[in-house]
Amino acid sequence: MILFLLKAIMILSLGLFLIPKKWMYFFTLGLQLILVFISSILVFKAFNELIVIKLHFLNLLNNPIYIEIDKLSAFFLIVISFTCLTGIIYAKGYLQPYYKTKTNTELALHFFCFLWLHLSMLFVAMFRDALAFLFVWEIMALTAFLLVIFETDKKETIKIGIKYLIQMHIAVVFIMIGFIWAYAQTGAEFGFNGLSVYFASHNPFPLFMIFFIGFGIKAGFIPLHSWLPHAHPAAPSHVSAVMSGVIIKMGIYGILRVLTAIHHDLFYIGLFILVISLTNGLVGVSLAIVQHDIKKLLAYHSIENIGIIGIGIGLGVLGLALNIPTLAVLGFAGGILHIFNHSLFKSLLFYTAGAVYTQTHTRNIEELGGLIKKMPKTALFFLIGALAICGLPIFNGFISEFLIYSGMFRSLQSGSLQTDIILLFGISGLVIIGGLAIFCFTKVFSIAFLGTPRSNKVVQAKEASHSMILAFILISIAILLIGLLPLAFMGPLSGIVNIFTANSSLIQQLIPTLNTISISSGIFIAIIIVLWLLRAWQQKQQNITLDTTWGCAYIGANPAIHQYTATSFADNFVQISNQIVNVKKTFKPFESDEIFPKTRQFNTHSSDKIENYLIMSPANFVLQFFNKIAVFQTGKIQHYLLYAFVFIIMIFILTLLNLI
Amino acid sequence: MLSLVLILITAPFFVGIILKVKAKFAARKMPSILQPIYDVSRLFKKGAVYSTTTSIIFKIAPLVYFSSVVIAAFFIPIGSLKGVLSFNADFVYFAYLLAFGKFMMILAAMDTGSGFEGMGANREALYSMLIEPAFFILIVSLALFTENTSFYGLFKSLQISTNLSYILGLTAIYVLMYIAMIENSRSPVDDPNTHLELTMIHEVMVLDNSGFDLALIHVATWLKFSIYGALISNFIIQMEWPLYWQLGTYFLIQVAFAGVVGLLESFRARNKLGKNPQWIIMLSAIAIVLFLTTLIITKKIILY
Repeated sequence: MILFLLKAIMILSLGLFLIPKKWMYFFTLGLQLILVFISSILVFKAFNELIVIKLHFLNLLNNPIYIEIDKLSAFFLIVISFTCLTGIIYAKGYLQPYYKTKTNTELALHFFCFLWLHLSMLFVAMFRDALAFLFVWEIMALTAFLLVIFETDKKETIKIGIKYLIQMHIAVVFIMIGFIWAYAQTGAEFGFNGLSVYFASHNPFPLFMIFFIGFGIKAGFIPLHSWLPHAHPAAPSHVSAVMSGVIIKMGIYGILRVLTAIHHDLFYIGLFILVISLTNGLVGVSLAIVQHDIKKLLAYHSIENIGIIGIGIGLGVLGLALNIPTLAVLGFAGGILHIFNHSLFKSLLFYTAGAVYTQTHTRNIEELGGLIKKMPKTALFFLIGALAICGLPIFNGFISEFLIYSGMFRSLQSGSLQTDIILLFGISGLVIIGGLAIFCFTKVFSIAFLGTPRSNKVVQAKEASHSMILAFILISIAILLIGLLPLAFMGPLSGIVNIFTANSSLIQQLIPTLNTISISSGIFIAIIIVLWLLRAWQQKQQNITLDTTWGCAYIGANPAIHQYTATSFADNFVQISNQIVNVKKTFKPFESDEIFPKTRQFNTHSSDKIENYLIMSPANFVLQFFNKIAVFQTGKIQHYLLYAFVFIIMIFILTLLNLI
Repeated sequence: MLSLVLILITAPFFVGIILKVKAKFAARKMPSILQPIYDVSRLFKKGAVYSTTTSIIFKIAPLVYFSSVVIAAFFIPIGSLKGVLSFNADFVYFAYLLAFGKFMMILAAMDTGSGFEGMGANREALYSMLIEPAFFILIVSLALFTENTSFYGLFKSLQISTNLSYILGLTAIYVLMYIAMIENSRSPVDDPNTHLELTMIHEVMVLDNSGFDLALIHVATWLKFSIYGALISNFIIQMEWPLYWQLGTYFLIQVAFAGVVGLLESFRARNKLGKNPQWIIMLSAIAIVLFLTTLIITKKIILY
């Protein structure tokens, strides 16, 4: 039944090209709802039955292809389906303006790709056979590419899309090499199931590195992240949300799936993941602070959060290697829960940012301000997302970070000197990441939504449409549920962690802790409500007046100019971290005889150092080399005939000399 | 529960003592120790002026800030008195909850659309980010030393362990005291007495708050001081002491702490604003020294 439905959706999806514009949306929504239904059945089964579900899907080149769903796959099915569902709900509002400008085929292609992206990601989580896996992995990359370049009228978008496509293909090559290597060495099954045979008898680090590079490009691990901050802003918001919420998680899925096969020599693998994740977190959030493009900022936060996920996983692996069960269980639990949490709050942030973009037509936060008056609901949901991503209590981000912290603190005493120092770095890294995230989100929320409008783009902004708000509400409910009642999610989570650690009873020990967290959060909210009522009662008897903001009694200037800007907010951070964020300021200093200052210009520009030195300069070098070779490409047929002639003579001579 | 009550009792007098000490050293006539209470109770009776630029954020922020500090006080044990709530790694919740309050206060300051308040908010965001590692490294050292992971557990084992704990205690008190000074925006990072908006941090953030809201913010500051005082007192109070003796010591330490804050403010000039980040990071460095000392004490680093 399930398999039939899946195949039917594949065929029906072609129908999108045949129907008129106004039906396309509901057609896609319907098909996706069926997909969500299918995945929820599978998830339900996988979590309730102890065995791995294995279904025969089809035959590819005479090989039977199976769908295999264990709890890890099932977890990813939830992440994928939830984000894609909110994505398509949100898209109704977001795509509304495009119905006028885009042709029938363009829209159909967009919906078609969105549906297939959903479908291919589900299959990525379900296939274990290498050939089938790479096939759906490729579909995922291609559909994502087509979705990114939706706004084809912008030349920049195409360029970014191509960049994305190239990097994804480099990733595919690495993954393919990994599979082939393992297959060639052992002759075991060609796919994930065969990897454990290889890892059992070989040093796992080299092969793991190859997989890590392949999946790491997808996940956006520094220095392989350079596609991410460009592709996210260029894509339409529901696509950026799915990209940031789910597609990069498929890289994490791959890494986790490979990790399930490795059972020895884990120490260096764990250390490697931890170090690279800490770098990811710190560099990601630092670069996010200096961005003014709201979606680019969020993209850098994705890098940061991949870092947090990686810290959890890295600590989990280290826990396994050093035989510290608390660290292993809580590290994996925190990392895996953060995957889901991040998909929630990051998609919420991208959706709200998209809602702002549709209303103001700008992504530059320096041009926004005061939006909370125009779009109060959007502002509220953005705030929820911002609080959640900063890992603050009563929201979901706190729970996953708390699990990681808790694992680290509990393992301090059982570890050796080496472990303690690693843990110190882990804890301080996570703390600094948290602090910087707060710095960044106070900046972006207050500049974009609070204060006085900085340009008249804000003036005609209206509240987001109902379908958008429905998507916001769905996600916020999930965020608050995890944040306030974390206990309900620990059962399934311990099942997933069990795959890695084979001992997740430690999660049971967390029950009193998580209960107390729920109680504390409850009291916290209760106190706020009581105070609110108390103040309302107190202020009813007093006179409340409205007046302008205090500006040292000076009210002459335009209040919009008085305000702090994003640049000035970031400035004192830039002063202490310019080595990383690389901000260049260009301005003309005052001259000594300039008593009355003339009009000035001030420019700041930040660039990603890692991208510049590690990606751009080698790429430019290669490009220059090929430019030199290009002298041969003259465009004259005579020259090309000459080349062919030379080639034939070369072959002839070499054969004569018995060299070939 | 008693520990919470104790924190609440000491809180209102804290700022009064600081003011008294400062007045003494400046050879001014001393205000009554109850002066801050009079001020706040007057504020509670007043109406308010809200800026037209502000939104709901501005109204809800002081409430969130106040409640975050109140809940934070729930976790603090005093001597053998357990905190109201206690669980493994509760200090993470404690720190993140305080951060939540600060997050909202920063937003509220930015909500007014004033350049001055932006400045204050921005500095507060940076300084509180820089101070977090010091607190956490301090806790890591204590957790390592005592093999415990909750506030209550930490201090309980710290008190019953060997004399070596005094070495840690002294450094920890130094770091905690300065964390308290920074968290409460006192000298050397900030100066509550300054009258120039450009150099203020915390004071400038609440320029537009008035009436009930301002009163809550003041009370939250008292509470924060009291919380840190209680934390410091835990390094000294011994668990086997009789309860009245513990309580006596607790009050004594709170008074002494307030006195030291007053003393420091009287004699120490505030830092240049630009030097503040370095100075705050220095506290993390001291905390790392503490961590290394702990490693030596716990024989993880073996010295010949």
